[in-house]
Amino acid sequence: MDEAKRRQEHLQDEHVTTLHPNYMGVFWWLLALTILEVIFASLPTGPSYPQIAKIALLVTLAVTKAALVALYFMHLKFEVRTLSLIALTPMILCAFFLFMLMPDSYLR
Amino acid sequence: MSQAAAVGHPGVDTYESPLTPESWSKLAMWIFLAGDAMSFGGLLAAYGALRYGSPNWPMPSHVLGIATTGVMTFLLICSSVTMVKSLAALQDGEPRRMCMFLGCTILGGIIFLVMQAFEWRHLIHEGLGLTQNPWGASQFGTTFFMTTGFHGCHVFAGVVYLSTVLIRGLRGKFSPTNYSGVETAGLYWHFVDLVWILVFTFVYLI
Repeated sequence: MDEAKRRQEHLQDEHVTTLHPNYMGVFWWLLALTILEVIFASLPTGPSYPQIAKIALLVTLAVTKAALVALYFMHLKFEVRTLSLIALTPMILCAFFLFMLMPDSYLR
Repeated sequence: MSQAAAVGHPGVDTYESPLTPESWSKLAMWIFLAGDAMSFGGLLAAYGALRYGSPNWPMPSHVLGIATTGVMTFLLICSSVTMVKSLAALQDGEPRRMCMFLGCTILGGIIFLVMQAFEWRHLIHEGLGLTQNPWGASQFGTTFFMTTGFHGCHVFAGVVYLSTVLIRGLRGKFSPTNYSGVETAGLYWHFVDLVWILVFTFVYLI
């Protein structure tokens, strides 16, 4: 009984700390990353800034932004792990399908 | 948050730690979003495969308006913030603020759709179509209109969905202990924002 009460109090404390994450902080991060994306996309590619580096940079920034939205705005950071797995499964499958299509495009 | 919310539900044993103890609708929305993500994943994969295999694919940044879509991206990010603020206001017991933030979110979605309509009108006027492209490979038009159109349909559906939630909110159907309707709608809206972040990068920037 005491353990149940302690757990309930712990969960209530957790509720207070995780109910409202710093949404404005996430917003400023998203805005900064979007500006960076536009800057990196508009830079001309060449020997010092190859196309592959540009793609890697832009994909990294996009995935970071998507992760911020999923973790904080969709509250995935505060949900149980199984729900995160449900959300992550299609991403893994999409990446897998994309890489499976690559050889077909290349050999055409 | 799920575990925390379980405290307020006497029917839920906190030891069980169910996936979404607040409501089944939230779990249903997550499963729907997982399936919907596959649809968008298929479209983006098709875009990547066609582009990779085409020798005369135009540079998107040369033919598409990056500045305009940058503003559209900013708009959707802002609408996501107002959406979470709306849910937070409801949980804090401020239903009027909840409705105000929800109204701002809907407005952001409507402005996004209007801007997309102007972008499409401009590109169609330039000669881009589902089967024609004045700048190179015709598949560019096909994949562009399919991907952005499918996303636009989601934004439109989101505006309608959030409007019904707003009407229910104005009628006093939600409270600090009954917020799952707003939370579930918010999940959908954030997903639309998340997908646009990826579409913006893959279709417009790369």
